[in-house]
Amino acid sequence: MVAQSAAEAITYPAVGAALDIEHVSHAFDIDGVALPVLEDVNLVIEPGEFVALLGPSGCGKSTLLRLVAGLERPDTGVLRENDDRITGPHPSRVVVFQDPTLFPWRSVWDNVALGLEAQGILKRHRPRVDAALDLVGLAAFRNAYPHQLSGGMAQRVALARALVNDPKILILDEPLGKLDSLTRITMQAELVALWQRKGFTTLLVTHDAEEALFLANRVIVLSDRPARVKADIVVQRPYPRHRGDPYLADLRKQILGLLGLDATW
Amino acid sequence: MSTYSVSEVPAAAARRAAAPLGSDWVEKIRGSGYGVGLAASLAWSAFGFSCLYWEDLGDWSRTNSIGIGAFVIAAFVLFGTLGADFLGGAGLGLRRRAPWLVALGLFVTLWELATAKFAWLPLPFFPPPQAILEVYTDDLPKLLDSVFASVKLQLGGYIIGATVGFLTGVSIGWSRSVGYWVHPVLRFIGPLPATAWLPIAFFTFPSSWSASTFLIALATGFPVTVLTWSGVASVSSAYYDVARTLGAKPSFLVLKVAIPAALPHVFVGLFMGLGSSFAVLVVAEMIGVKAGLGWYLQWAQGWAAYANMYAALIVMSLLCSGAITLLFKTRDRLLVWQKGVVKW
Repeated sequence: MVAQSAAEAITYPAVGAALDIEHVSHAFDIDGVALPVLEDVNLVIEPGEFVALLGPSGCGKSTLLRLVAGLERPDTGVLRENDDRITGPHPSRVVVFQDPTLFPWRSVWDNVALGLEAQGILKRHRPRVDAALDLVGLAAFRNAYPHQLSGGMAQRVALARALVNDPKILILDEPLGKLDSLTRITMQAELVALWQRKGFTTLLVTHDAEEALFLANRVIVLSDRPARVKADIVVQRPYPRHRGDPYLADLRKQILGLLGLDATW
Repeated sequence: MSTYSVSEVPAAAARRAAAPLGSDWVEKIRGSGYGVGLAASLAWSAFGFSCLYWEDLGDWSRTNSIGIGAFVIAAFVLFGTLGADFLGGAGLGLRRRAPWLVALGLFVTLWELATAKFAWLPLPFFPPPQAILEVYTDDLPKLLDSVFASVKLQLGGYIIGATVGFLTGVSIGWSRSVGYWVHPVLRFIGPLPATAWLPIAFFTFPSSWSASTFLIALATGFPVTVLTWSGVASVSSAYYDVARTLGAKPSFLVLKVAIPAALPHVFVGLFMGLGSSFAVLVVAEMIGVKAGLGWYLQWAQGWAAYANMYAALIVMSLLCSGAITLLFKTRDRLLVWQKGVVKW
């Protein structure tokens, strides 16, 4: 699915950024009652790592991602991208959300061009849009509207819309969560291939242990709300990985145990 | 020979195979829609006949012309029906509208008989078709002047109202502080029918034309404001999140996210505004403005010229429905991305 030739046509700075999360706590205000969602989260992510955040549903994973993206400011603690404090959104940290959230009034090409247009550099960088569409294998759909795409195609467009900005950190908020299982498997392989080629740092939120182990070289297990780091597991397996790998199955059992789900094994 | 639509082909073929030789042409008429076309031609011939056969009860100068005109229409329908296969799109259009042509032909025949020929409906309140034709031929300059005046007034007020309403709606939807000040004013003044301002408007404004423009703008502006506002306010925050992480500045968020996302709502507002501004236009013309179709109606009533009233009403209805069609066409063009998402 991933077109090799187009990627070679344009050189990307294949350097991810480091991400430091220091003593971050955050609470939501619900009808005047403070609901803590993150409690003293500490995490150091090296440039180019693929880190999966795994935790029970509603534990605050997505909140952590919003803080990393700069969409919200933490109550306490500091987040840093390469020693620069994160104070707001920046195109070097791009999010792919669970829903593709393509703009329905824009064609596929215009959706992918969104970031470059917003930064006012589209005129000089139009080929980057075409290259990003080639990269996700949707060049033929450049003039289609979002309502004409399938779920998997829409999510690919969302991925291209993120990648066109050459992000240093790619933030993935359960991007494959709503896809059917076959599309999911295909896109997991595509994600790994993209990450290996580009070298951006990747932060993936998921509640699927198998997906985390298949994709990431580090899996962070978070506790129930308020989320704390419960375990930091390094996955020492080369890519491409195999789903039947007994080493991964072992880790999976261990992780499910941490999440209190070992009874289902 | 005749053009069948795809779904009809097997059925028609089966019918043709089953039909005995003699009834072949009957089947053909029934199967291809010739029958309705012929009926339409007959209905219009009946109208022509009804005009020419009996004597008029009143004094109308266009009876013969309208009768001949009816026969001309009947002939056109007849040849159009028989030659539909060679006329392409026009032939298909005629076939699709044939049932309506039948109904219209019967209606005008009945109208003719009920008024000019047998006076089942009291004259002069119910003028015959030839009287209305007479208005269009003999009073054309005055009618055209009125149309021009109405369109000018309506267009000016509508454009002002729609522009102001759109800008206000976007501002309220976007800015909390603008909303704080404008929202109460809107709630207080908006629901008031624009016609309630008539007496005040006509003595505060320097001319009746500017007063009417103001009222039409007011009638248009309120729905446009409210719907633009609700459109902007209901834009999913996920769109803003996406745009912000991609480096969008506030101006980009307004112009390239909020406004395009709100556009379907804006068009509902423009549609509603158009409807209420028509009402204000006619009332304003009847009361204060000395020109336009509303004024023409009023004038015709004053002279008991009932045919002129019907003639003006027909023109007015064509104009209003034309304006709405134009608005819908514009919307379909701008919101082409919506096909398959929302259907009105």
